[in-house]
Amino acid sequence: MRPSEALLICEHCDTVYRRRALARGEVARCARCGFELDRHRALGVNALLALILTALIVFVQANMWPIVTLGLNGQYSATTLWGMIITMWQQDAQVVAVLAAATLFFFPLAKMLVLGWLLWFGRLGRRAPGFAPLMVGLHYLGPWTMSEVFVLGALVAIVKAHNYFDVVADPGIYAYAALTLLITIFAGVDLRQLWHQTPERSP
Amino acid sequence: MSGLPRATELGLIGCHVCGLVCRSVPGDERLDGDGVHDAMACPRCGSTLHRRKPNSYTRTWALLIAAFLLYIPANVLPIMRTASLNDIDDNTIISGVVELWVKGSPDLAVIVFAASIVVPMLKFLSLSMLLLSSGRGSDWARPQRAKLYRLVEFIGYWSMLDVFVVALLTALVRFSVLSRVEPLPGVIFFGLTVVLTMLASMSFDPRLIWDGRNTDD
Repeated sequence: MRPSEALLICEHCDTVYRRRALARGEVARCARCGFELDRHRALGVNALLALILTALIVFVQANMWPIVTLGLNGQYSATTLWGMIITMWQQDAQVVAVLAAATLFFFPLAKMLVLGWLLWFGRLGRRAPGFAPLMVGLHYLGPWTMSEVFVLGALVAIVKAHNYFDVVADPGIYAYAALTLLITIFAGVDLRQLWHQTPERSP
Repeated sequence: MSGLPRATELGLIGCHVCGLVCRSVPGDERLDGDGVHDAMACPRCGSTLHRRKPNSYTRTWALLIAAFLLYIPANVLPIMRTASLNDIDDNTIISGVVELWVKGSPDLAVIVFAASIVVPMLKFLSLSMLLLSSGRGSDWARPQRAKLYRLVEFIGYWSMLDVFVVALLTALVRFSVLSRVEPLPGVIFFGLTVVLTMLASMSFDPRLIWDGRNTDD
């Protein structure tokens, strides 16, 4: 059993390829099933780290600031993400509260913190303590962050409420929109490059 | 054999987690089929190596059927109650879409309809079709089936849209007796349906599409 870094196996159909360096803008697709095998990475470790730090700051803002305010006959009502989660818990929809807390708060936060930690050490050309288990964790965390779905949900909620109330979009929704953009950028990044970029032995 | 060698033919295994290409131990029948080799772990990330996702057919069917069973109450039961001074209005997923359409936002009505009805139905139909055709070893429309699987994986989590809409409206519309929104059990069933369909599409192994009798394209 000897690992070989020169080969590449398509995850979707098991076809074996020889790995080769890609030029800017190139994408390698599987000739059998069309799955994207590899793409040229324009963003280096430093750029990625900067993106993650920005996303973390925006994430704090998106969670602290109210998202929307509703007005009815001079009464006002606003909520933040955590306000929403706590309300759902109190309204006997604990399942929804847990789902929202996980996919909109804990998973995205964990993803950004772990990535930041790995990239911080990657910048110095080293593997962070706990590198392998953290990389495995990131793999499983993959599709379970839903901030972008929440932004669309907020939009639908605003439109629905607009028929009955005065609606004011608060800074939180803009922070969320910005966060979605940032997440989209680093969601497209193949994290597996970190395995190649840092030396095999752990510190 | 076509010009594109597959890992099994070359005695290789790609780690499902980190992608490392490993050589499998020849002649070890425990690795064949759906089996998991307990002794062999990826030397790089430590995950258990397997040729195919373990028990892919059984797990995917089980999760898919469970998701479908929960999808029935998710649609039949109301997901949200709007209470004001003089009336109480319970909305199901469909009546919410109709309301958006009637109240002058047909574009958003289409988006919600797509996320709450089309996407889950597409997942049920596509995954069942993929499971049946791959189970028979069919070589019909393989590239298209591979593409369909990627589509299902990509759009899956957008179904959570309606759950977040209800949650946000519940937290916002709290004007004591004048106007209130409360979540109803339908939304819980719907949230669980989405989670189960996501787990189902994750446990399906797209390599099975290409594993039929005739591996040539």
